[in-house]
Amino acid sequence: MSTGLERGGQPPIEVTEDDLEALIGDRALARDDHMNAPGFVIRPDDVQSVLTDLRDEAGFDHLANLTAQEYADRYESIYHLRKYDDPTQEVSVVVPTTTDDPVSQSAEPVFRTADWHEREAFDLVGIDYEGHPDPRRILLPETWQGHPLSRGYDQEKPQLVTLTEHANPVQPDHHDDESDTMFLNIGPHHPATHGVLHIETVLDGETVVDVDPDIGYLHRCEEQMCQQGTYRHQIMPYPDRWDYVSAGLLNEWAYARTAEDLADIEVPEYAQVIRTMGAELCRIASHMLALATFALDVYGDFTAIFQYGMRDREVVQDILEDLTGQRLMFNYFRLGGVAWDLPEPREEFIEKTRDFLDELPAKVDEYNDLLTGNEIFQIRTHDTGILEPEVAKQYGCTGPVARGSGIDYDLRRDDPYGYYDNLEWDVVTEDGCDNYSRVLVRMQEVEESAKIIEQCLDLLEDWPEDERTVQSNVPRTLKPDADTEIYRAVEGAKGELGIYIRSDGTDKPGRFKIRSPCFHNLSALPEMSEGEYVPDLIASLGSLDIVLGEVDR
Amino acid sequence: MSSEQPRQQIYDSTAPSTDTRDSRIGEGADDRFNSKLREAFGSTPFILTKFDKFMNWVRGNSMFMLQFGIACCSIEMMHTYAIKHDLDRFGAGVPRASPRQADVMIVPGTIVSKFGPRMKRVYDQMPEPKFVVGMGSCTISGGPFQEGYNVVKGAEEIIPIDIHVPGCPPRPEALVYGIAKLQERIRNGESTPVVVKPYELEEFGDLPQDELVQKLADDIDEEDLVMRYNWADSP
Repeated sequence: MSTGLERGGQPPIEVTEDDLEALIGDRALARDDHMNAPGFVIRPDDVQSVLTDLRDEAGFDHLANLTAQEYADRYESIYHLRKYDDPTQEVSVVVPTTTDDPVSQSAEPVFRTADWHEREAFDLVGIDYEGHPDPRRILLPETWQGHPLSRGYDQEKPQLVTLTEHANPVQPDHHDDESDTMFLNIGPHHPATHGVLHIETVLDGETVVDVDPDIGYLHRCEEQMCQQGTYRHQIMPYPDRWDYVSAGLLNEWAYARTAEDLADIEVPEYAQVIRTMGAELCRIASHMLALATFALDVYGDFTAIFQYGMRDREVVQDILEDLTGQRLMFNYFRLGGVAWDLPEPREEFIEKTRDFLDELPAKVDEYNDLLTGNEIFQIRTHDTGILEPEVAKQYGCTGPVARGSGIDYDLRRDDPYGYYDNLEWDVVTEDGCDNYSRVLVRMQEVEESAKIIEQCLDLLEDWPEDERTVQSNVPRTLKPDADTEIYRAVEGAKGELGIYIRSDGTDKPGRFKIRSPCFHNLSALPEMSEGEYVPDLIASLGSLDIVLGEVDR
Repeated sequence: MSSEQPRQQIYDSTAPSTDTRDSRIGEGADDRFNSKLREAFGSTPFILTKFDKFMNWVRGNSMFMLQFGIACCSIEMMHTYAIKHDLDRFGAGVPRASPRQADVMIVPGTIVSKFGPRMKRVYDQMPEPKFVVGMGSCTISGGPFQEGYNVVKGAEEIIPIDIHVPGCPPRPEALVYGIAKLQERIRNGESTPVVVKPYELEEFGDLPQDELVQKLADDIDEEDLVMRYNWADSP
């Protein structure tokens, strides 16, 4: 089960830059180092061979992100690779293509997760990937004209959006007596899709034959918004709205960490403790909603568990409101610290939070009685929605989804930030690979988060009065050096939430790319549900705990 | 502008500016309330007036909400339904999963181009009289995402909205207040006109033949319903 802060098993192999240079050899045209990782520029037709070598020879088994962008003279795709065993080992593979003929080899045969990423890169930036199995738009409607994040896109031009009846992809007519299959649209307006997700499903009887998640119904141009904002204050409100299930502080931390590393800003230790505490409160709130809606999905329990989950979230939201001033969209982090100190009177706030933590074990027992110990629930979730660890890695799954498949990967421990390094807590993993394990992981993570908050409260209470600095000195206008590139990630409620920023010498990012954990987790849904019953598809979707705001960005 | 001169809208009139709303809604009488009965009996008979009042009272006090989650605001909407805030206390708390059983639609979030036609479809499926509460800044103007290439600048571009609840997101108390205000309006028999101008679902073949339509002629069937997304012309 849990492993503690020390990783068990073999220590991962260290790969030095020299090894990488030797491995890539002549295929590297030049070096293009990023702040977080060495970068190698390769030719567009070497993508598969270089990525295969990096995966098999050097152990880079996690395609964390794919960033596409357009420069004045070229298009560029950047594959951000890291290791599940040690995410601090990173390498970037940079693939430039010409502006007249932006064709690059697809990485889909090497990493399955490249499928959705390359579709997104085509959709928003306009790079074609040769050999891609399904080159369609992913976020924007099929009939959209132009690529909005490319240079020279005119957003004032009108567009047409269709509302078509979806055809049966297997049989021409689904009322046909001869046909065994039936086409079914789940969503975009459906109570079980947790927002506006559309799943195109083909059923054979009650068995799911084919699943195709259709996303983009909440694509609110988060990357464009961040590229239009200045580093210091204008970007911070947006992360709250990516994963809006009360995970705001976790998301803000992703931006804070990236921008602080990019602009070399120190954060006072006291602020780090407050951040850690706030982030873990958010994690509890987020997991509570995941449990509540999962119960609603699996056996329609709107009265007990859903309401219990909401009740406990209310308490957490009250605490967070005391701390940040808002219930949901906190905007509490600042580059170089947090907005303000703990609310006064401090003792009262600490006591209120302690009361919540004291009541939590009894509440968790209640959930266990109602949920994980429930026979119906166990029958519904055991051995359904199987996600093998190797498949999960291929799809870039992280967070509770990966940990429910026995992948011991948690950035709070493996790529430490904040104050997590100095605290006592465990990373929870389960080996079941099924829906039940994912729920168990979330239940136990709530308890681990409570442990972290408890320790943070002790620290905050005893912190010397004259060292309570909440913010360091940060220049009014931040202008990182031109062409500095960085990819940094934190452990959000759903998994690895990463941000890639390229600065262009101004006070706004040149390219801002969000690596969303839900995007990857959702892409694994077909693997989990094909061949199972349609109710298990709904259960699998619930156990992934997706948030459409983060999937579509 | 110098600070000695107060802004025009401050000293001219204290009435709210309605330019945006007027450009979105068309002219014409609102026929959502008992229009068939009124046509048959005329507008004066005493008994019918009283029956109208009775019906409005009933409608205001028994509202079925549509279970409809779009974005961030849906989290606060769930909290409004759940314990502590408990919208049920106001006779308006049964979320129905099907639009065919719902009277009130709370639009909780940003509407983007791809979702616009779907939302229109859901709205069209609701039985009349139907009411809409726009929750959050995104349903008013697009909110923080207004400048996005893909964002519809307010749900009122697509469906008529009776009550706007501002906030990002509004607190549950604010939503409860908005719904209480809607009930008050329904009880008084008031409502906003149904016609909405900018975004209409049309058959592709009926569209004026411009460059875009000709370009898409091979991809889209004549009878397919389409919605024109026109970012620049939105108010």
